[in-house]
Amino acid sequence: MKLALSDEDAAFREDLRRIYTTEIPADIRERTREGELNYPDDLVISQRILNEHGLAVPTWPVEWGGKDWSPLRRQIWLDEMQLAGVPEPLAFNAKMVGPVIAQFGSQELKERFLPPTANIDIWWCQGFSEPEAGSDLASLRTTAVRDGDSYVINGQKTWTTLGQYADWIFLLARTNPEAPKKQAGISFLLARMDTPGITLRPIKLIDGSYEVNEVFFEDVRVPADQLVGEENQGWTYAKFLLGNERTGIARIGYTKLWMSQVKERAAQVRLNGATLLDDPLFAARVAEVENGLLALELTQMRVSGSEADGKPNPASSILKLRGSQLQQAATELFVEAAGPDALPFDAGDDIDVPTWAGEAAPRYLNFRKTSIFGGTNEIQRNIIASTILGL
Amino acid sequence: MDFDLSEEQQLLRDVTRDVLSRNYDITRYNEIINGDLGWSRQVWGQLAEVGLLGLGFDPTEAGQIEIMVVMTEIGRRLAPEPVAQAALIPGGLLAEVGTDEQKKILDDVSAGTALLAFAHGEPRTRVTTGELETRAERNGDTWTVRGRKNPVLGGDSADKIIVTAALPDGGVGLYLVDGTATTRHPYRTFDGRRGAQIDLDSVPAEPLGGGGDAREPVARTVIRYQSALCAEAVGAMDEALRLTTAYLGERKQFGVPLKNFQTLTQRAADMYVSLELARSMNFYAAMSISDGRFDPVVAARAKLQIARSGTHIAQEAIQLHGGIGMTAEYPVGHYAARLTAINNTFGTADDQLRALTGEIGSYGTVSL
Repeated sequence: MKLALSDEDAAFREDLRRIYTTEIPADIRERTREGELNYPDDLVISQRILNEHGLAVPTWPVEWGGKDWSPLRRQIWLDEMQLAGVPEPLAFNAKMVGPVIAQFGSQELKERFLPPTANIDIWWCQGFSEPEAGSDLASLRTTAVRDGDSYVINGQKTWTTLGQYADWIFLLARTNPEAPKKQAGISFLLARMDTPGITLRPIKLIDGSYEVNEVFFEDVRVPADQLVGEENQGWTYAKFLLGNERTGIARIGYTKLWMSQVKERAAQVRLNGATLLDDPLFAARVAEVENGLLALELTQMRVSGSEADGKPNPASSILKLRGSQLQQAATELFVEAAGPDALPFDAGDDIDVPTWAGEAAPRYLNFRKTSIFGGTNEIQRNIIASTILGL
Repeated sequence: MDFDLSEEQQLLRDVTRDVLSRNYDITRYNEIINGDLGWSRQVWGQLAEVGLLGLGFDPTEAGQIEIMVVMTEIGRRLAPEPVAQAALIPGGLLAEVGTDEQKKILDDVSAGTALLAFAHGEPRTRVTTGELETRAERNGDTWTVRGRKNPVLGGDSADKIIVTAALPDGGVGLYLVDGTATTRHPYRTFDGRRGAQIDLDSVPAEPLGGGGDAREPVARTVIRYQSALCAEAVGAMDEALRLTTAYLGERKQFGVPLKNFQTLTQRAADMYVSLELARSMNFYAAMSISDGRFDPVVAARAKLQIARSGTHIAQEAIQLHGGIGMTAEYPVGHYAARLTAINNTFGTADDQLRALTGEIGSYGTVSL
């Protein structure tokens, strides 16, 4: 047992820190910290720089840009990126469709899609959830019917995050409605977003933001060579994707940055002749969240270190569950620190409240999503109970 | 960075587990903790035989990771033997600062024939940081100490007691006192362990090592003690969760096993999360010490997480068992009691939080 990094790993970390802080533009990193990235440009610029340095998709197979790093190095890559305020590569590309194509796609699909996916020349979005298929994803109703050299897709997807910037969508559709199990008749398809018959409708969220969409498919004709892997095997690929999505979802580095901002801001709030940060009640809440972050960081190191064959460890459900709770706790502390200054919304520069305070409550509301997406926390508990505890 | 035990450490774990599981089931446990001594001299002898009672006395042989491994097994089996309290912790302190002459007793401690105790806490204090009411007094070449120490875990049966006392010119001194020279008020703690109030009425006291201010070794000892308690707690939590999941599978109500009820399995999953977070922080505490880093902040972080997880798991383990969890004849309630006692030994959750809130302004981004 040893806590300290080896000299080689420490040098590796230094190298990454240097690249992150010197190659990625400072204004993008500042906007990441403040939670106000300019979409899609900031993300595209940042991911392309990372890709130039071989840092966009290190977890992919080596021949497609992967690095074959140890689990620890993968963790360092991600943690340092977050701590430096570098936006993570687009998850739909780097963590979702890319690994699925690399693992299950034909050579032709790999050559066609993996390089532009790594370089974000294609912006992908995800077509999994449906109005009647949330946690019970396998009950999805969107259909794809083979007709000559194409599939004809009909149905509706929802919660499609950042779909408004997407060039392509990867989706699950039912290709065999007669299959004995609902999981058995599903396929994994790729479609251009400008294919005739696809329409996108924005969903406005409780914080006033627009980041998710409904996607409608009406007789959408997609070439059959945009099927990934085999027909009716899509559920296997989807489970692989969801397992990958859960790892690295804890966002510990970003939450650490937030907690340092919470402290900075609380130190500027006057309270009884001192500051809010000096208040034992508030300070205890800060200390408790910080401690939770370190406990989760160590747990993440233990869990990722045990993923020898690249298969996600079921214990990674802890990372999703606890990581989302800590993100939410941090957003709550911003609202607490803002106090009455949290109330004016989008009120303009004439109103004498700090910008961060005006953004605190919308972000708090927005981050209620983290315990719902990527498999709700209740689903994560079910995974732990059944897979780990044998219940 | 490496979270795996070495082969020797795994062997140590297995040997400890073996000795303890041979000796204890719930019936035997209840007999032993309700006896006069509160623990078993026979088990003590076996622990000495396999070489567990001198771990860490020679830092080149074993250190805090080994202590952690053993204490986790103690916690898992709920062994009442005062391995940390009467041997490893005071012995480690004696090994660190004692004179060669004083260190001779360590052979007896390792052999299981001498018992020590570390008497530091005082009545109506919380975390003892240096302001002690117990005083050391010099009379020519000899010293006496005067004051009251409580609670002293293992103080009821200690042959030699290491006492902290305020020095005449400031600072904290360490003294070796004969157990029989003190006035002892032994008692049972609520979790079936043993302790004593030690009254020191100007008793003869031998300065440990060269004498003088010993605040640093005292602080290191508290940090080692906290780490050992964290390890014991993790073992107890692990077993409390195992008992609970087994029970959810066996116990039937409404014609089906309890594990058919999601309201229970979801809560068991949360217990697992708590356990793993505690395990991580326990590793953090022991690995830091093992790397030579004696940091009270690290210890406070670990003990805070252990308190949060321990309380959660103890409460839920009883609740998920239902009525049987309340009975003395079933183990799970005893685990809850032990976890509660650990929380109130060397700093409660709030005590740890108080230590941590004092630090939060001194850094921006929190890090290990």
